[in-house]
Amino acid sequence: MIEPLLETRDLCKNFGALQATDHVNISLVPGEIHALIGPNGAGKSTLVKLIMGSEQPSSGSVHFAGADITDLRRPERARAGLGRTFQISSLAMEHTVLQNAVLGALGRSGRVMRFLWPVMSDKALVAQAEQALERVGLADHRGALTGELSHGQRRLLEVAVALTLEPKAFLMDEPMAGLGAEGSARMTEFLDRLRQEAPILLIEHDMDAVFQLADRISVLVYGRVIATGTAAEIRANAAVREAYLGEEDA
Amino acid sequence: MTRAAMINAALFAMLPITAGVALALDEPFIITLATKVAILALAAVGLNIALGLGGLVSLGHAAFFGIGGYAMGILAHHAQSYTPLMELPFLIEGTKSMPVIWLVAIIASALAALAIGALSLRTTGVYFIMITLAFGQMLYYFAISWPAYGGEDGLSIYVRNGFPGLNTLVPIQFFGLCFAVLAVVLWASGRLARSAFGLALTAARQNPERVEAVGLTPYRLRLVAFTISGAVTGLAGALFADLNRFVSPTMFSWQMSGEIMIFIILGGVGRLFGPVAGAALFILLEHLLSGVTEFWLIYVGALLLLVVLFARGGLIGSLAGREVAHD
Ligand SMILES: Nc1ncnc2c1ncn2[C@@H]1O[C@H](COP(=O)(O)OP(=O)(O)O)[C@@H](O)[C@H]1O
Ligand SMILES: [Mg+2]
Repeated sequence: MIEPLLETRDLCKNFGALQATDHVNISLVPGEIHALIGPNGAGKSTLVKLIMGSEQPSSGSVHFAGADITDLRRPERARAGLGRTFQISSLAMEHTVLQNAVLGALGRSGRVMRFLWPVMSDKALVAQAEQALERVGLADHRGALTGELSHGQRRLLEVAVALTLEPKAFLMDEPMAGLGAEGSARMTEFLDRLRQEAPILLIEHDMDAVFQLADRISVLVYGRVIATGTAAEIRANAAVREAYLGEEDA
Repeated sequence: MTRAAMINAALFAMLPITAGVALALDEPFIITLATKVAILALAAVGLNIALGLGGLVSLGHAAFFGIGGYAMGILAHHAQSYTPLMELPFLIEGTKSMPVIWLVAIIASALAALAIGALSLRTTGVYFIMITLAFGQMLYYFAISWPAYGGEDGLSIYVRNGFPGLNTLVPIQFFGLCFAVLAVVLWASGRLARSAFGLALTAARQNPERVEAVGLTPYRLRLVAFTISGAVTGLAGALFADLNRFVSPTMFSWQMSGEIMIFIILGGVGRLFGPVAGAALFILLEHLLSGVTEFWLIYVGALLLLVVLFARGGLIGSLAGREVAHD
């Protein structure tokens, strides 16, 4: 078996009496897209937050690239190689699109303690940022203020910033939300190629995209993983159909 | 040149023009007023690094202003009384040399800002405002109750400190010196806003979560910004004390912190030249109104209210329009 790059071990998270994450063991191996699906409130975002360090687990641990990262802070996890996109776009809204991408490249370079040299004249950083914008199709908007972008364009910028980090693994929380049919199709194609660079833990509501992309799918219900398998296995799984897919048809 | 750049240039040129005209008309008092504007603007340029770029609402910047002032006062006091500052473990003498005094003021206020920032920046919002205010008040009461350096009465320095190649006792020369310092610091602070550090700091103000997601630590960025900010305000404090040839605990007062913040709000938060516009407007109002009524601050208060309610960009914002993102 291939050694997993990212792994949660018996991860639990309680919010008071609510168990948002219930003994979750999932893994991400190099080259794959592992999709995480489940009804609203199943605990998908909470799981991402636990992996990224935005929430601390009640018990259990998170392992990444051979190390226990459960006690690392958020910036340290990012530097360790976890690239994240947020479910609700989280960008510097007063900055331009290019500035947001440069911020990512800057974080990656670690050369932030430079006080007198204009950062937008740093050719290496700007080139890296522009390349990322190019890849998601935002190059034409590089000068726009981020606050003036459409919802879908912000989703793309989230992905572009994650690209500038050149992470070892991507965690994407609903990257297709708000993209529209055409945008979703393009993003699907993009993620399909991206998995060669780094594996992706993908949370997505768009089932067409999920079944098309995912090497493995885990189904989360009430904080518990009720099934993990290939698209075909998940489609055929009776418990999943009952708990989740059936609901969609109804 | 953009409209904003023209307004900035005009505002900035106003100071030396005022001083020059006052020189021609033989009105040294006006030169002193222009010098005061330059120095207070410098103090506000310092605060603007924390407030405008970092979004750190510090109500304790008088601490650094006062430390700069007392750095000057203490060094010059020992020099004029021919007593050493300390003899053990090694001898430190006072000095009347501005460059040395400035260096001490900058280092002392930077260290104080580092310490105060390290503690206060663990909090945010109202708590941050309160804790910076508390530190400022602590220093205020410390200065009052420290008899060695005049306590409540403060310290008088009989002759203004010297700067190589200048006669600082001549008002226009001292003005030129203060204006040059302001110009250099404004230039540096403009560069800072556009630097890698500036980009990360302003992003941390807008969205700390985003900054963490790219592997940077907002706390560290803010602490560095707060330290630089305190150092600049400290330098202004040393100049202010030299302007008055006097330093007293009022430099540490929360009213002083409030005034420095008012300059920024009047001029425009986060605007490079906002502090210059704000300080000039404040001193102008003080000069014009305080002769008419002793309650002149009420008018300043009303103006402040109008700015906050209707012109969030301050004076510069209303003149130059919306800030365009510098790319
Ligand atoms: N900070 C919080 N405090 C209390 N309850 C929370 C918190 N965050 C999430 N929850 C709850 O945990 C459950 C899982 O939420 P979430 O992870 O956002 O689900 P999903 O992303 O799958 O829609 C929900 O019932 C939600 O209300
Ligand atoms: Mg969610």
